Amino acid sequence: MSEIEFRSVSKSFRTKKVLENLSFTIRPGECFTILGPSGCGKTIVVRLIAGFETPDRGTIRIGTTTVADGSKGYALPPENRNIGVVFQDYAVWPHMTVLENVLYPLRMQKVPKEEALQRAKMAIQQVNMEGLEDRLPYQLSGGQQQRVALARALVSKPAILLLDEPLSNLDANLREEMRFEIKELQKSTNSTLLYVTHDQEVALAISDRIAVMNEKGEFQQVGTPEEVYDQPANPFVFRFLGIANFIPVHARDGKTFLASSAKEFLPLPDTVQKAEGTSSGKFLAACRPMEVELSHTSGPLEGKVVRKALLGPIIDYRIDLGGTVVRAQLQTEEGSMKGLIFEEGDSCRVGFSRLLWFPGNGEGEVTHG
Amino acid sequence: MVDIYTKPKISVAQIVLLFSILVLVVVVGIPVILIFLTAFFEDGKLNIPGFVQILKDPDTYQALWNSLVIAFGTTLVSTTVGVFFAWLVARTDLPFKKTMKALFLVPFMLPSFIGALAWKVLLSPRAGYINKFLMALLGLENAPIDIMSMGGIIVIESMYLFPFVFLQVESALERMDPTLEESARISGAGLLTITRKITLPLVLPSILSGALLVALYSLAHFGVPAILGTEKGIYNIPTKIYERIYSSGGSFRAIRVGTILSTILVISAALILKAQDLLLKKGKYQIIAGKSMRPMLLKLRALRTPLLIVSILYIGITVILPTVTIFLVGGLKTYGLSFELKNLTWANYLEIFRWKMTKDAIWNSVYLSLGAALVTMLAGTMISYVIVKSRPRGKFILELLGVLPFSLPGTVIALGVILTWSGRFGINIYNTPWIIFVAYVARYMAFSLKSNSAALQQVSDSLEEASRACGATHFQTLKNIVLPLIRPGMISAFFLIFLPALRELTTSVLLYGPTTRTIGVAIYALNEDGETVRAAALASVALIIILVGETSIRNFLARLQKQE
Amino acid sequence: MSELKLISVTKRFNQVVAVNKLNLEVRKGECFSFLGPSGCGKTTTLRMIAGFEDLDEGELIVDGEVYSSSYKKYYLPPEKRDFGMVFQAFAVWPHLTVWDNVAFPLQIRRIPKIEMEKRVKEALQSTGLSAIKDLYPSKLSGGEQQRIALARAVAINPKVMLLDEPLSNLDPKLREEMRFEIKDLQRRFGFTILYVTHDQAEAMALSDRMLVMNLGVVQQVGKPLEIYNEPANKFVFSFIGLSNFLKVRVRQGRAFPLGQEEGSPISDEAPTDLGDTCYAAFRPGEVDLVSTSSGSGISGVVTRSTFLGDLVDYRISIGSQEIRVQKPKKNGLLRNGEACRVRINRIHWFPLD
Repeated sequence: MSEIEFRSVSKSFRTKKVLENLSFTIRPGECFTILGPSGCGKTIVVRLIAGFETPDRGTIRIGTTTVADGSKGYALPPENRNIGVVFQDYAVWPHMTVLENVLYPLRMQKVPKEEALQRAKMAIQQVNMEGLEDRLPYQLSGGQQQRVALARALVSKPAILLLDEPLSNLDANLREEMRFEIKELQKSTNSTLLYVTHDQEVALAISDRIAVMNEKGEFQQVGTPEEVYDQPANPFVFRFLGIANFIPVHARDGKTFLASSAKEFLPLPDTVQKAEGTSSGKFLAACRPMEVELSHTSGPLEGKVVRKALLGPIIDYRIDLGGTVVRAQLQTEEGSMKGLIFEEGDSCRVGFSRLLWFPGNGEGEVTHG
Repeated sequence: MVDIYTKPKISVAQIVLLFSILVLVVVVGIPVILIFLTAFFEDGKLNIPGFVQILKDPDTYQALWNSLVIAFGTTLVSTTVGVFFAWLVARTDLPFKKTMKALFLVPFMLPSFIGALAWKVLLSPRAGYINKFLMALLGLENAPIDIMSMGGIIVIESMYLFPFVFLQVESALERMDPTLEESARISGAGLLTITRKITLPLVLPSILSGALLVALYSLAHFGVPAILGTEKGIYNIPTKIYERIYSSGGSFRAIRVGTILSTILVISAALILKAQDLLLKKGKYQIIAGKSMRPMLLKLRALRTPLLIVSILYIGITVILPTVTIFLVGGLKTYGLSFELKNLTWANYLEIFRWKMTKDAIWNSVYLSLGAALVTMLAGTMISYVIVKSRPRGKFILELLGVLPFSLPGTVIALGVILTWSGRFGINIYNTPWIIFVAYVARYMAFSLKSNSAALQQVSDSLEEASRACGATHFQTLKNIVLPLIRPGMISAFFLIFLPALRELTTSVLLYGPTTRTIGVAIYALNEDGETVRAAALASVALIIILVGETSIRNFLARLQKQE
Repeated sequence: MSELKLISVTKRFNQVVAVNKLNLEVRKGECFSFLGPSGCGKTTTLRMIAGFEDLDEGELIVDGEVYSSSYKKYYLPPEKRDFGMVFQAFAVWPHLTVWDNVAFPLQIRRIPKIEMEKRVKEALQSTGLSAIKDLYPSKLSGGEQQRIALARAVAINPKVMLLDEPLSNLDPKLREEMRFEIKDLQRRFGFTILYVTHDQAEAMALSDRMLVMNLGVVQQVGKPLEIYNEPANKFVFSFIGLSNFLKVRVRQGRAFPLGQEEGSPISDEAPTDLGDTCYAAFRPGEVDLVSTSSGSGISGVVTRSTFLGDLVDYRISIGSQEIRVQKPKKNGLLRNGEACRVRINRIHWFPLD
């Protein structure tokens, strides 16, 4: 259990800036997730902490040890950092059995043989792989290989566990199972965990705190899963955490009009007017498909169904509000019971159970929170 | 603040890099540069007219022309034969496919100069057994077939080189996603149209790369033209270089002619490689491997049995007939006798192991190939690691020097090695086994790099990084993770060098001294001296060594693969 | 009006029955999906329709004409069937440009040049490829390659379009988009679609009717909503979405979770013809979770709750069994270990296996 601190860390490859002046702290024992699109630099954060890369500028501290200082050009080599790493491609050594893989870190630390064996067996048990100790990796499924990688990372009781998209090569069911197991392991071993992913569902499910990173390697928001989901700092965060509807509007004296057709939209709430200090200008109204409420008769707006797709438990509609198309989803059962099954071409009434308002019109102009 | 690790001024990685560059520069770089220098400069001055004048000499000009004709003809014939048999095995319902596929690769094992020797015995216009038989049978005055001609050289070379094309094309056909052909079929095209418009164009890259190997090989091949052509005054570049150097007792003038001809060879090889690059670089060729479903097979119907017989006959004529001939001739009491039991004896074979010249040759070949294979494998592993894993600045020099020998004909390497190691830099190892050793290392470095790089590329960076994160140092990681994982690549590199080196002729023939003959050189020399029976007996022994070697290695590699 | 008819079609591979006595009629202009797990025989069926596989038994009739018949030993070869087909691995020819790929089937048919150019243009336009018609496929993305395959298939104006998992090599976003594009193409060109997939959402979103298949045997044929609301058996129910199967004991029409016969029943309208014990099947969303204070509902304990954004995913233990429930977050959050009551809104009943 150690704290990790980045202080003004910058890193570029050739001319490409990947991280610029990044500072943050991961608290001891916390499960911290960096969520961002692929290629945004989140993997570099992991590699910097592990010591596979050195920062160009800034310092990285683990516990009380400064492990890298860009300006002085020094870095503690990975083997001296007391970390566990799990890679996206498992990186289980194909020429070693499960047991040999898990024993390896202990061998490197010269742990006495008896004790090492005991600890390795325990770690294997923790990831539910008992009985498979003598298998070679090619005899294991992807999920099992990932468990070996986890056991290997845990066995030396590292202060820090780094997981780089460890589940993205697994199928959906297994992914669900594994993310739960990872969370449980972290709790029982009490290590600080940094998890890097582009999958918002995993991030929401396992994190104590989430940092949402954009393509430029900048943190957009750091907060608990509920915070980033319910109070997104900006449209980027909102879009990254689920399917998003954005409705660009122009506001005039508290009334708003669709940017696409000048049709009147819902009024700008007082709270937003107060917070932004204006009742006019460009705004982006945002909501999730589940927050769009369709009805035959009631609802403030008029819409037309342009697409309908049954997805099993969910019916997915695209509704044209007058030049702007929003996506609406309702549960199939609810739809069937309340008679809310629309066909393509039908007219309907539309309301929103919740709307977020972002100032500006499009992400480029949005001020970062 | 504890225990901060500061980078030393020169890291181990940099030392390894420098050492790698040094090895390649000494072994490959300097010899090549010396060849160009010798070709273009005389007495320290650029001498283009001298260069041109030698090329204009009808003698050398003819050799150059012959080399090109042989390369072109051999490539054409090998490619046609190779593509046809590959298609037959992969895309028709030919019976006994697996066996046939294995059989088509057998000609690889037979060194082509031994094949040429056998065919000379069978089809030489003067004394060829088949010719004599046909003349007697048909009452002819002249021999009906003359193998000792340009046409003969092309046919014999093709016989033993076509597997290059066969192998490439067959595996490409097998890897090809069958839906590529199925979608053509559903588009309305029949099987023949599909073969013409879809299948063949898609395997074109493989056809080209197979053809390229054949072209590079036959352009500068010594053995077959030497055995079938020299007697009749047909020379190609390697045999001409050999003839000049040999007849002048190794004079510098002869060597200079050699370097000029070598330059032409190198340029031709570079042009061939460039042409392939241009054809393939458009990026449009890329065989998409899909899930392995059964590909559509053309039903041969009535042609099924005849085509099987043709295939078997082909193997019989190209492999079994010459092999049997060599063994029989090797047992003859006197050359020219008929193959009857009373004319055969074991004594010839036993003599091979008693007579100093042949005994030495076998010993020389074995230890030179073993040594060269071991050293080249280890050096190749180190250099590949530097190229693939540490990605240093200046790695392109390594890559360039590494692949260069691939396009360097054996003759050129031999000349470069002579220029470098006969005292110019204070080391003279001419006439010692060392010079052959150095030449082998240079010649086979590309094989080692290829095999080792391929193995290293399979070892993803995260495997090494996982080890570092587990507390292992760089060195421990190399020892515990990297080396065990690339061991199969290293072993196959070893054999990829050992086996061809064992039967090497083109390079050794320019480098051997009185006590440093190799097997290839000894067979060639015996044949030159008219000792056909002894040549055949030694060739038989060589064939047995090669056969045993190849089979045990294939088994070994197959076992390794099964373990993976 | 039936476009395509399979009559008692059976196919075996080395004694293993891949498709067993399949009977099917597909109507003209319909979008018909084959849904099932991998190895269920759906792709084999499609390949038999395409003509790449012979039938061991049965007949295939297209537009009143016999295309394959095991009785008459007659098989129209694939190239004569005038079908369009799109494969999972795209199967666009890397040595031909986009234009030449699409023109290929027309060239084979020796369509006059002017007509051909018109049709290629139309196919490229309707798949949005006009701008890149001179490029080679290897330079293009997966989505673009699959559009080429679609354009190539529609260029001949086929009666029937066969699609074999055409979207499974694409990322989820693109997959969704391409679904609509396929439907648009169908509207424009008016062909019948036979669509093979293992993705239930895809099948339901696209199809007019669909067929659920397992181990070579048809499980159910019907409209998507019918299949979702009235699954024919346990397999169909479980394949069509996330599902719970709670073992229950039935007493006089009242169903109790096994081992909890003392508490309240999950339903008092359970069928009596399935025996003493049977499965009560329901979707994770078709459950209400209420606090223990309200009286009705069976009692359970939250063993795991996971925040997924819109939804909260719960595992709830009921006696020795565990069920999965997904509820919108707005309905309040239950904590791990919290006791609760479970009311199931819609139950399907299936016999024990």
